Amino acid sequence: MSDDRGDQGSSTPRQLQAGIKLANRYSIQEVIGIGGMGSVYRARDMHFPNVTKLVAVKEMINTAPDPLVRDTIVQNFEREANLLATLHHPSIPRIYDYFTIESRSYLVIEFIHGKDLEAIINDTNSFLPESQVLSWAIELCDVLDYLHQHKPDPIIFRDMKPSNVMINHNGDVILVDFGIAKTFQSGIKGTMIGTEGYSPPEQYRGEATPSADIYALGATIHHALTRRDPRLEPPFSFSERPLRRINSNVSAEMEAVVNTALEYNPDSRFRTAADMKQALVAVARKTGAPVAVATGPQTGPKAASGGIKPLWSFKCEDEIRGTPLVSQGMLYIGSYDNNLYALNAADGKFQWKYPTDGGIVTRPVLFDGNLYFGSEDQRLHVVSARTGKVVWTYYTDGPIRSSPALAEGHVFLGSDDNHLHAVNLNTGRVAWKFETADAVRSTPFVLRDLVFAGCESGDYYAVDFRGELKWRFHAKRSVTASTVGTEQAIYFSSMDSTLYALDPRNGWVLWRFRLGKPSISTPCLAEDLIFVGSSDGIIYAVDSKSAKEVWRFRTEHQVNSSPIVYKDSLYCGSVDGNLYCLEYRTGRVRWKFNTGGAITGTPVAFDDIVYVGSTDHQVYALLA
Amino acid sequence: MDKIFRWLSGNKKPSTSAQDIANTAPLSEQQIQAIVNNQNPRFDLQQLISSCGQSVGKQRELNEDSLLAITTTMAGNTGNLPFGLYIVADGMGGHQFGEVASNAAIRTVAGYVLRKFHPYLFHIKAGAMDESFQEIMQAAVSEAQRAIQREAPGSGTTLTAALVLGQQITVAHVGDSRAYFIYPDGRVESLTRDHSLVRRLEELGHITHDEAANYPHRNVLYRALGQGEVLDPDIFTVGFPQPGYLMLCSDGLWGVLTEQDLARSINEATSLQRACQNLVNAANAAGGPDNISVVLVQLIG
Repeated sequence: MSDDRGDQGSSTPRQLQAGIKLANRYSIQEVIGIGGMGSVYRARDMHFPNVTKLVAVKEMINTAPDPLVRDTIVQNFEREANLLATLHHPSIPRIYDYFTIESRSYLVIEFIHGKDLEAIINDTNSFLPESQVLSWAIELCDVLDYLHQHKPDPIIFRDMKPSNVMINHNGDVILVDFGIAKTFQSGIKGTMIGTEGYSPPEQYRGEATPSADIYALGATIHHALTRRDPRLEPPFSFSERPLRRINSNVSAEMEAVVNTALEYNPDSRFRTAADMKQALVAVARKTGAPVAVATGPQTGPKAASGGIKPLWSFKCEDEIRGTPLVSQGMLYIGSYDNNLYALNAADGKFQWKYPTDGGIVTRPVLFDGNLYFGSEDQRLHVVSARTGKVVWTYYTDGPIRSSPALAEGHVFLGSDDNHLHAVNLNTGRVAWKFETADAVRSTPFVLRDLVFAGCESGDYYAVDFRGELKWRFHAKRSVTASTVGTEQAIYFSSMDSTLYALDPRNGWVLWRFRLGKPSISTPCLAEDLIFVGSSDGIIYAVDSKSAKEVWRFRTEHQVNSSPIVYKDSLYCGSVDGNLYCLEYRTGRVRWKFNTGGAITGTPVAFDDIVYVGSTDHQVYALLA
Repeated sequence: MDKIFRWLSGNKKPSTSAQDIANTAPLSEQQIQAIVNNQNPRFDLQQLISSCGQSVGKQRELNEDSLLAITTTMAGNTGNLPFGLYIVADGMGGHQFGEVASNAAIRTVAGYVLRKFHPYLFHIKAGAMDESFQEIMQAAVSEAQRAIQREAPGSGTTLTAALVLGQQITVAHVGDSRAYFIYPDGRVESLTRDHSLVRRLEELGHITHDEAANYPHRNVLYRALGQGEVLDPDIFTVGFPQPGYLMLCSDGLWGVLTEQDLARSINEATSLQRACQNLVNAANAAGGPDNISVVLVQLIG
């Protein structure tokens, strides 16, 4: 590198301001698009002073420091202009002018009142109606056929994708951006052209045929009907995402046409765009399109819930918001009726109950024949698992909503008294108290020699076994959910709508995953996946290494319950009253079971039975 | 380390210290292993060591690869934290200014990441970082994408970048350069997935592994820095292997050496520097059809 072009190039070239007149003719009004090499403006052509004639001015800023590169860019630009000048079709914008001023070249073309298809897909909350997509697809076949029939040589568009399809105010399609239609250079590496995701396999090899445009049109229709952007999926993976599996409104006929267009082998696709148009017209005839009938809102396929019957259920006197413990044939669960219940796990028969002076939302822990659990009566209770008789209690200065964690001869728990407590298991005496900025409602998580806990101020602490702060982290809102993790990373969600992955040794943030709404759901780990619920009603599955969403499942209300994985299923409750059983690799629903109230506690699975408490006062046992 | 290997391989040294003339029975395999284990460097502080190697190869005139290796320590409240940034970028195609692209990629990514960590490396500001490692890498790649489109439109480059902080490696990857873990027992684990046509066809089952090796368009990438509007780099965080090595390299290396070759060249070397030289020499001995770049990193302590 002979010159210091890095600094030189780092300032972004300025956009033209409104009011500037280009070539003493085109008065710039506003930016309507941003491309890879410059902006697209709406401008008024001042040669027509008595009418407002609007034009689109496409700008190409040549910032390449290398003269050879610069020349190539100008040539490409002129090629687009010359190509457009020879074309006349209602779906191709007319070209009016082109010129170069210093390092900027401009193409003046017809202004299209409308929106591009990608924006339409993104701005619509539901699937676009098939009939609508169908009529656009038919028009696109028309214009592709026109290009492919061009004499002397066929023109291959090579860049069919939603953002290059404008829908004008009449609802007709206009194909824009012929810039990519450049000669295909078969180099050593990087002979790429077209748009990743929409391009057929052979285009990467340097073969550009009409059939490539047909594939890309198939990909465009696929994107429009599924809302799945193929640029974010592996190439040539459309067959793994059949239309009707994602959007059940799509007709089988439409799916068949799209599948044919997306055939891997070019010979298996439609031979010409005209053939594809014919097939689409046949779909329209069969399905009753082109009369644009909006399909009503359709809910997804409902899993049978009538078939699921609980093995048993047991009714307490108030809501159950806590999580059960199942051990040695017994189930222990706390209730808002202030009691801790011991039930026979096999049939739900009552064994004993232990009364406290406050609601119990925590999950009991069993150690050495004793149960440990906190109550809103501010106490940690230790009772015999066999008899339900108290062994000892420990007082904090606030209600306890944090479940205890046992490790190294101590019980760790948080309290609304703004402390994390470490209590000796044998003596029941406090070993240390660690002061936090706010109430600790999360369950402490112990990993190696550190205790992790978040609090209601959003502060998150890693404390060693002597009660000394190792590091702290601050989330923007409270951390009510508990932490899970491995030596590699710890995970927790926050009311700031984020799922965090932190390095347990030093608190540096490895990644953040954005949830739709705040979360108090404790994540769950299984293999490379991490699952968490959010008050946006969704259960998310996220790759623990890349923080990429693997699937999401929408329930009908907030998910404050925490998911668990048992064998190949994920179980999670929702405020909609259902306990969901999903295939944990795919998020597909296996069954759901409706209780009479919101489920906010975490289910527990043991010996092929899943147990869950509900705010309908009952605890249920279901076949997993 | 160096010394013990030479001694084990039987090199005669003109030394006459008391130990050397002492009469000893041959050591058992176990005893040798115990000695070797004892010689492994043990430090109470974790630290990174790294080395790199580059060659234009035997058949190219131009070097279009770019490489960066920065190794240091971040002093902080939670102790000294090893910090490293390693990047390999392989510019594409001779006529499309590949070296401009790979160079811009390295400069931009490294510049962006180091600017982010500058306050922490030099303790200028004590506040917590409000971005995650993955977000920083993502933003660095996006900035590099813009820089290439500005400086050399139409060109492209691969990019495999590893940010190491403590025991965490955060990798950003586009194209067909690779990141590997190489273990002392000879296991080789590829961390990255090539964004190449041939790999995709293989994944889809359209061609076999053997066909892939001889596929005429082996070099065609479907994702590269500088190309396309929506760039979706693979970004992930993994733990540093201990014991083991992190290796980044361009296809000039992995394209001609088997995984066994890679592991052997590294595990037989007496130092990281020697290992990098061995790898480059082996790739050149195998024909050196392309530019060769390699970075080796080890976390000790």
